[in-house]
Amino acid sequence: MEILYFFAKTGFYATALVTLAAAILVVTLRNLFHCALALILSLLGVAVTYLYLKAEFLAIIQILLYIGAIMTLLIFAIMLTHRLTDRSVSQTNRQSLPAFALLAVFNIFFIASLAAVPWKINSASLAAKIDTQALGAFLMGPYVFPFEIISIVLIIALVGAVILGRTDQ
Amino acid sequence: MAETIDQIFVLAKDRFLDLLGIVLPDWIILLVRILISIAVLLAVAPVVMMYMTWLERKVLGRIQNRYGPNRVGIFGLLQPIADGIKMLTKEDIVPKNADQVIHFLAPVVIVIAPLLVLAVLPFGRNMIAADLNVGLLFFLGVSTFGVIALFMGSWASRNKYSLLGGMRAFAQMISYEIPMVLSVVPVILVTSSLSTAAIVEAQLGWKWFIFTPWGGFAALVFFLCGVAEVNRTPFDLPEAESEIVAGFHTEYSGMKFALFYMAEFISTFAISGLAVTLFLGGWDGPAFLPSWFWFGLKTFILILIMIWFRGTLPRFRVDQLMGFAWKVFLPFTLANIFIAALWALLPYPKNFIADTIGITVILTLLQIFNRKETPKKRKYLYAN
Repeated sequence: MEILYFFAKTGFYATALVTLAAAILVVTLRNLFHCALALILSLLGVAVTYLYLKAEFLAIIQILLYIGAIMTLLIFAIMLTHRLTDRSVSQTNRQSLPAFALLAVFNIFFIASLAAVPWKINSASLAAKIDTQALGAFLMGPYVFPFEIISIVLIIALVGAVILGRTDQ
Repeated sequence: MAETIDQIFVLAKDRFLDLLGIVLPDWIILLVRILISIAVLLAVAPVVMMYMTWLERKVLGRIQNRYGPNRVGIFGLLQPIADGIKMLTKEDIVPKNADQVIHFLAPVVIVIAPLLVLAVLPFGRNMIAADLNVGLLFFLGVSTFGVIALFMGSWASRNKYSLLGGMRAFAQMISYEIPMVLSVVPVILVTSSLSTAAIVEAQLGWKWFIFTPWGGFAALVFFLCGVAEVNRTPFDLPEAESEIVAGFHTEYSGMKFALFYMAEFISTFAISGLAVTLFLGGWDGPAFLPSWFWFGLKTFILILIMIWFRGTLPRFRVDQLMGFAWKVFLPFTLANIFIAALWALLPYPKNFIADTIGITVILTLLQIFNRKETPKKRKYLYAN
């Protein structure tokens, strides 16, 4: 059975590699549509990582929301730009250097905060229930307030979209 | 005996694994156990697709008062194989200006989603390739992939007709995905499970959801959205021959075109299978015939209904298509969630009455708000 764990580990690192490589392609490819496809691959890699961590619900939601819905939006954005059939569009401009500097600073804080979290890996946390029913109970129980806040934000966005999109009478 | 026939595929798999277990170590057996399910699905799906094309041509022929394929083999039964050989030997034409890589990738990617979703369909008792905790969501999430591949093909062809077809497919997918997901929410609510196997088990003993007031309407909405999702008539605007040549697959020929076709037919099969699983009791049926037979029969009937649609209905206009999804299906499915909640909450006779009232009210409201607007009679002030 050890050999299966070896396979699983190899698979995990391969997934991580593909995710990162696709993420790099998103910001380096010179065609908008190719970038969008690379983004799909990258997000898919994240979904597979969730599956590997036994968070099935999260993995499927990742596919439904990010890949399904956001890709749809992105593709419509591409359709509405006039550079539809351009072979290449430059990915960098004069602001890329300051942006890189800012990102580096952000990443320092990000990594520092990640390192500060005590990742408790013990038998209790490994056996914790992460099935969909428990998730639903948590959303409707202890976390009902943030859940409702998100709903209100979404409703506001919807109403705003309808108002912006309506034709004047 | 009936029990053995019912479980014959499961038993065959176990026996095969037992035999392998004599010579091979445990971890290979574990892998083979998974691989067998995958191999069976990969082998059966194309065969099902081939004979669905035959069935469609035969039934359409019957509807149009002609024979359909009858030259190759008895009743034209070898026609799909002849077609396959023809497709394989056809010249593969790629437009000069096409995006070579994506033009090639699109037909490859498009068959992945329909094959993946077959894994969560329970084809019979204990006959499910992967009983995922979130099987239903998996089906809905993965099936959105098909339209991305479809758009890849249409964009990479650099052809106006292809692009129009892709755009139509995308708009249609967005519109019909929402009522489709909302129409299965009542099923999740009543069974309190996302696993397709558990949903079938909740319906055992003729408690099929199609017999409940909310389930009957949800099944109808789900089935129609499913027809729209797989781009079949009357929702086949993305490949409307009379307007945009062949839509997204205009620039494809030979085997690549066949792959688009295959994806469409396997999705049709998968959507029918899911409708059977969710509303028609899955593999449940009288015990004198095996469970996988009942699943096959119900799926076959739904596929026949889709072919019947194709033989009789004209194509929608774009505004009719959008209006149908957003003005009828969406409000109805939203109300249906509430109606199903009433069903789950109240005891038997009361919930039936409550549901009937609820459905009558929502249908009346839809009728009132969707009534045809007749424009006011024009007055021609400066005429004559």
